[in-house]
Amino acid sequence: MLEQLVKRRYWWFVLSLAMILPGLYFLLLHPLITTGQPRLGLRPSIDFSGGSLWEVRFAERAPGELGSSEVGAAFAAAGFDNAQVQMSQVDLDGNLIVTALVRTRPLNEQSPLQDRQAVEAALNDQIGAAAIERLESVGPTVSQESTRSAVIAVIGASLIILLYLTWAFRQAPHPFRYGMCAIISMVHDVVIIIGVAAIFSTFNPRFEVDALFLTALLTILSFSVHDTIVVFDRVRENLLARQPDQHFSDLVNHSIVQTLPRSINTQMTTLFTLTALLFFGGETIQNFVLILLIGLVVGTYSSIFNAAQILVVWEYREWKNWFGRGRGDHEKPATV
Amino acid sequence: MRSREIISILGIVIIAALALWINLAPNQMALGRDVSFRLGLDLQGGIQVLLRATDPDVDREQMEIARGVIERRVNALGVGETLVQVAGNDRLIVELPGVDDPEQAVETLRGTGRLEFIDSQGQYLPPGALIRTTGSPNPVLPEGVEEVQTLDDLGPIFESITDGADLDTSSVQPAFSQGGVAGSRPAVSFAFTGESAQRLAAFTAQNVGQPMCIVLDNVVISCPQINAALRDGSGVIEVNDVNDRDNILNQLKYGALPVPLVVETSRSVTATLGQESVESSVIAGSIGLSLVAIYMIAFYRFPGLLATLALALYVLISFALYRLIPITLTLPGIAGFVLSIGLAVDANVLIFSRLREEYRRGRDIHSALEFGFEESWSAIRDSSVSTLITSIVLFIFGNSFGVSIIQGFALTLGLGILLSLFTAVVVTRTFLRLSTPIFRDDRAWIFGIDRTKPAVAPSTAEAI
Repeated sequence: MLEQLVKRRYWWFVLSLAMILPGLYFLLLHPLITTGQPRLGLRPSIDFSGGSLWEVRFAERAPGELGSSEVGAAFAAAGFDNAQVQMSQVDLDGNLIVTALVRTRPLNEQSPLQDRQAVEAALNDQIGAAAIERLESVGPTVSQESTRSAVIAVIGASLIILLYLTWAFRQAPHPFRYGMCAIISMVHDVVIIIGVAAIFSTFNPRFEVDALFLTALLTILSFSVHDTIVVFDRVRENLLARQPDQHFSDLVNHSIVQTLPRSINTQMTTLFTLTALLFFGGETIQNFVLILLIGLVVGTYSSIFNAAQILVVWEYREWKNWFGRGRGDHEKPATV
Repeated sequence: MRSREIISILGIVIIAALALWINLAPNQMALGRDVSFRLGLDLQGGIQVLLRATDPDVDREQMEIARGVIERRVNALGVGETLVQVAGNDRLIVELPGVDDPEQAVETLRGTGRLEFIDSQGQYLPPGALIRTTGSPNPVLPEGVEEVQTLDDLGPIFESITDGADLDTSSVQPAFSQGGVAGSRPAVSFAFTGESAQRLAAFTAQNVGQPMCIVLDNVVISCPQINAALRDGSGVIEVNDVNDRDNILNQLKYGALPVPLVVETSRSVTATLGQESVESSVIAGSIGLSLVAIYMIAFYRFPGLLATLALALYVLISFALYRLIPITLTLPGIAGFVLSIGLAVDANVLIFSRLREEYRRGRDIHSALEFGFEESWSAIRDSSVSTLITSIVLFIFGNSFGVSIIQGFALTLGLGILLSLFTAVVVTRTFLRLSTPIFRDDRAWIFGIDRTKPAVAPSTAEAI
C-alpha cells in the first residue's frame, strides 16, 4: 500500500477536487442561486464589513424566557434598527446566564457614549438588568482598509515564501519547482479553508470571517509550507544521493514514506493542543481554533498527497499526456 | 563527557535558573523592573479606540500635538499600561486597560478642551446647551435630535470674549469656590493671558451684575453672575460635583486639542469577561501540554522524556520572556503560544524519527544520535524560517488593523519559533549527549525501538 502512494497520484488529485468543489459551490454558486446576485458566500465580521457587536448578559432572566425579538425591539427603541440578535447562555459558577450577541450599525463617531447609554437604558427599561460585557465598533473606512491589507498580507506572504524556498532548494535540480509546488499545495489549502468557511457561513449563524479567521488562514498557510518543506527536504537529500537506475517517482514515494512517522506524530501533537483549545479555550476563539484544526489536517494531507505528487507530474511533464494520447508511459524516467 | 557538553549544560542550568527566578520573583520585581504578566484588553477588561481627526488634511505635527495632549490626559486618569500612538496619517490608537467606565473615559479624553467666555447678551443659557460662538461657529451637530437639524437651529452666534488658545494651562488648578448661595462647591481655577485677559477684564468691568457664560467645546458649563471685574484675567468655574470638576480639569489642564477627534473604532470588554477568558485558556494550555507530554513519552520513551523536559524549559523561558520584554498577552496571543508548543515538539519529532531510522539501519546509538540531529537540521531550519516569515507578515499586517489582537498572536508565535530552536535542538541534544553512557544496544527499549523488527519500508532501495 505504502509503495503505491505516488503511483495513485491521480486518485489523490480527484480526492482533492472532491474536497474543493462543495466549498466552491457554497462560496460562489449558492449565494447566486439563493439571492440572485453574484457575491461571495462568506459572512464578514464587523472587522471587514463595519458595524458593532454587543455582548449583553441578562442576570434576571431564565434561559429560554427571553427571545431575540424582545432584545431586537429594545435595540430598535435605542435607535439601532435591524439589529441581528443571537441568544445563547453561559455557565457562570453553576448558574446559566442568558447572553445575547447583537450586531448593529457602528456607533456614532461623534457620540459613541450616548449610543451606548441609550441601549443600556432601553434594555434596562424593557427587559431588566442588563450588563454590556463587550462592545466593539468598527467604522466603514477602517473595515475597507482591513480588507485591503488582508489581501495584501496573504499574497505578500506567499511570494516571500516562494522566494525563500527557491533559494533554500538552490542545490537541488530545478529549485523553482519546489517553490511552485509548495505554493500550489498552499493555494489548495487556502481554497479548501475558504470553502469550509463558506459552508460554515451558510449553515452556522454564529460563524463569521473576522480578523482571527485571517490569522488562522495565514497560520495554516505557513504550516502547510512547513509540512511541505519537511517532505521536500527528504526528496532533496535523496536526490543528491540518487542511484542512476532509481526512478524519480520511486524516490519521491520513498521520501514520503520516510517522513510519514514524523508527519503523523507532529499532526498528533498539534491536534492535542488544538483540541484542548477547542474544548476549553473559551468561546471567543472557538471558530479560530476549529479553522486551524481543519487547516492543519488539510495542510499535512496536501504536502504528502499534492505537493510531492505534483513534483512527479512536473518531472515527467505528464500534462503532455492529459489530452489526446492517454497516459501510460510516464513511469519511465525522464531524460533530463 | 566532553567539555563542550559541560559548558552547554551549565549555560542551560543558568538560563533555567534565571527564568525560574524571573517567574517566581517576589513582588514581581526582577532585574530592577516590574515583571508581572501584562494582560491585554481582552483579558483584563478595558477599551481600545481608534480616534480619527475630523479634518482629513491634518498634518503630522498637529497629530503629534494631539497625541501629546491625549497622553497627558490619559496619564492623569491614573490607569497603568496605557498606550497612545499615532497610526497612519490621521489616527490615534488609545488603549485604556482596567477602566470601569471605558466609554466615559474616552469621552473625557477626546474633548477638544477649548475654553471660552461668551457675551450671552444678558441671558442665562441652560448648562449643557450646544451653542455657536465666534471662536467656534460650526460645532458638530448631534445626530438623532429632532429639534436640531441644521446649524441655524442652534440659535445666534454669541461673541467670544476670550480665545481658548490664550488659556494659561499651568494656572488650571482644582479649587473650591468660597461660600455663595450654594455654599462651598468644587471649582476649577484658571487664568487667561494676553489679549484674552484684557478683553475679559474690560467685559467684566462693564457688565457687573449681568450673566456671563462659560463654554467648553461649544457646550455651556455655567452662566454665573459677574460679581466683580476679573482684572487679571483669572477666575474660577463652579461645577456641581467632583466628577465634573475632574473632567473639566483634565480637559483644560493639558491644553486644547489642535483638531477635533471622532471615535472610528472602539473595542471594550469588561473585566469579568476577561477573567473568564484567562481561566479557560489556562485550563486549555495545561491540558494540551499534558497530552503532548504523555504522547511524547509513550511514543519515544526516554528521548520523549527528555523532550518533555526541554518543553518544560521552553514554557518556563517563554513566560520569563513575556514578563521581561514585556509582551502583552491577549487571547489570540495565548493561542499562538499553545500552537508554538506543537512546533517546539515538531523539531524533536523530526530529530527522533530520524534517530530511530538511522538506528534501524544499523548505526550504533551514538552516531545515530548525531546523525539524527545533523540530518534533520535543514528541515527544521527551512520550516522555521517559513513560519517566521508568516509571523512577521502577520505582525506588520496586524499593525495596519490598529488591533493588537493579531500582533499578539504573531509575536508569541514568532518568539516561540526562535525559542523552540534553542530548546528543541540545543537543549535536547545536550541532554541526550550527556545521557549517552546509559545507552546500550540491549537497552534499546528505552528508545522504543527494536532493531530486530524490519524498518517501515524495507522494499525500496535505501539511499544513504
